[in-house]
Amino acid sequence: MKVGRWLPWIYALPMIVFVVGIFAYPIATLFRYSLQNVATSAFMPSTFAGLNNFHYIFTDSLFATALTNNLKLFLCVPIMVALSVILSAVLFDRPRGWKIYRTLLFVPYVLSIPVVGVVFGYVFQYQGVFNTVLRGLGLDLLAKDWIGSPRWALPTIMFVIIWKELGFGVVLCLARLMSVNESYFEAARVDGARWWRILWHVTLPQLAPALAFYAVVELINMLSWVFAYVYVMTLGGPMNSTVVTEFYIYQQVFQNDVVGVGAAAGVVLLAVVMLLVVARSWLERSFATHGYE
Amino acid sequence: MAGALASDRASSAAIRRRRIGAASQHLLLLAFTLLSLLPVYFMVVSALKTKSEFAGNQMGLPLAPTLASMTEALKGGDLYLWLFNSFLITAASVLVSTALAALAAYPLSLMRWPSGRLVLGLLIALLVVPPIVLVIPLFQMVVDVNQLNTYHAVIVIYTGIMLPFSTFLLTSFFATISRPLLEAARIDGAGTWRIFQEIVLPLSGPALITVVIVQALWVWNEVLIAVIFLQSQSLRTLMVGLTLFNSRYRLDVPVVMAGMLWATLPMLALYLLGQRFFIRGLTAGGVKG
Repeated sequence: MKVGRWLPWIYALPMIVFVVGIFAYPIATLFRYSLQNVATSAFMPSTFAGLNNFHYIFTDSLFATALTNNLKLFLCVPIMVALSVILSAVLFDRPRGWKIYRTLLFVPYVLSIPVVGVVFGYVFQYQGVFNTVLRGLGLDLLAKDWIGSPRWALPTIMFVIIWKELGFGVVLCLARLMSVNESYFEAARVDGARWWRILWHVTLPQLAPALAFYAVVELINMLSWVFAYVYVMTLGGPMNSTVVTEFYIYQQVFQNDVVGVGAAAGVVLLAVVMLLVVARSWLERSFATHGYE
Repeated sequence: MAGALASDRASSAAIRRRRIGAASQHLLLLAFTLLSLLPVYFMVVSALKTKSEFAGNQMGLPLAPTLASMTEALKGGDLYLWLFNSFLITAASVLVSTALAALAAYPLSLMRWPSGRLVLGLLIALLVVPPIVLVIPLFQMVVDVNQLNTYHAVIVIYTGIMLPFSTFLLTSFFATISRPLLEAARIDGAGTWRIFQEIVLPLSGPALITVVIVQALWVWNEVLIAVIFLQSQSLRTLMVGLTLFNSRYRLDVPVVMAGMLWATLPMLALYLLGQRFFIRGLTAGGVKG
């Protein structure tokens, strides 16, 4: 539609104002804070700190722990991807009741993290349901303090994350498979190919773009959207074993009142996320050149 | 003759293989479905027990189902207050965000706008910005203008954070509207505002519902911003309240589970009613690439 030169801007203006106020200005401020000793009261001026804040976080072992924990959370992603492929491929064969399975498999994604965190908290506590079942099966040795021990707390959170995010991958892959030309699968079936061969040679290549998208979205989630799990389930404990970068920033800014240090950690987090985005667009381009569309 | 027998045997083997295949498919799906529903099951059966029954029967179905814990959870009125706060904040921010996103998506998808590509590209880049990064400066900004612990500060922040996503999603939905229809209306002398009101919006009902639902799910379940910007007792949202609720009733698991169940029911009901909108909205970015 041909319109006046300024008309599009007028329609988009309210959105742009909000986005500048909530994204652009705060991000600029974040960079400024990261180079300052930010004053916590109105009566003291902020002073220029140079790279001191960055120096602080890179020598702080807790920041290293936090980043490492985010990297450990990355291990969830291949598991989620593999399970999504298998479950969506099974659903795509349309066994009886597949729509009901799909509805129910997606339920965890709709539940809220506080609810899920609290309920799993009871399931996994030392005298909780899960250990009761293990003991009932005579597997007393496997009964652990799943949330209360530094060794197991993070793996337990990882389990909960996979549990919650899996439904998204399944539904995403299934939607992708349903938009693919059925003839690929027909041809393979007519040739008498077994299920696993079809999965490997037909389904998987067709899923590649959806999987790349899912993997990148989840990698970004593991960096920047896991605060709620930690806040609800462990508050970073026991013994800082579940502190993630978001939680580290939260503590520095809102509990220790060192805004500049938190901002420096925020800049690092932002840089890592941007790196992933660049990797994603590079991946996408290489998919496009290999002919998957 | 021999050939026919052999192929008979081959096909019965194929049938048997298919049956085993179908059985193992159901087994796999059943296992994962049960695992998916486990917390919901635990919530429901525990909420229908009393504290004393729970002590002896943690996992099983309630032998004497009772609503006592469900009503106990509502006592004191905190849950109502939190529900009200969550409803208010969710409704307001989703409404504003959807309206502004629709206004912006209109020129982005349907008007000749040379800078539009750049604007859309920037919005897509903002989709991945971690909220914690924004929260640090936003907190100082909100404190500077004395708006901490107000509904509207949180509503403005939620609206702003959702806008890149909702604008992007609506832009891709609006782009499927037929251009000749718009051109025809244009030739008939309709202005851009009339076209927006009388053609674009009416044709986009399902798209708007999808965007509303996806955003509502996000705001309803959001924790970080609610924790930081709503610190006073009377303004807590449901999600923050629940963690408090948990520590308050720590020793009475059925009441905690009843609270969790009350908090879950609205979204669960919305999901079961509007399932296709949820799925369409959440997969929109990934299927077409």
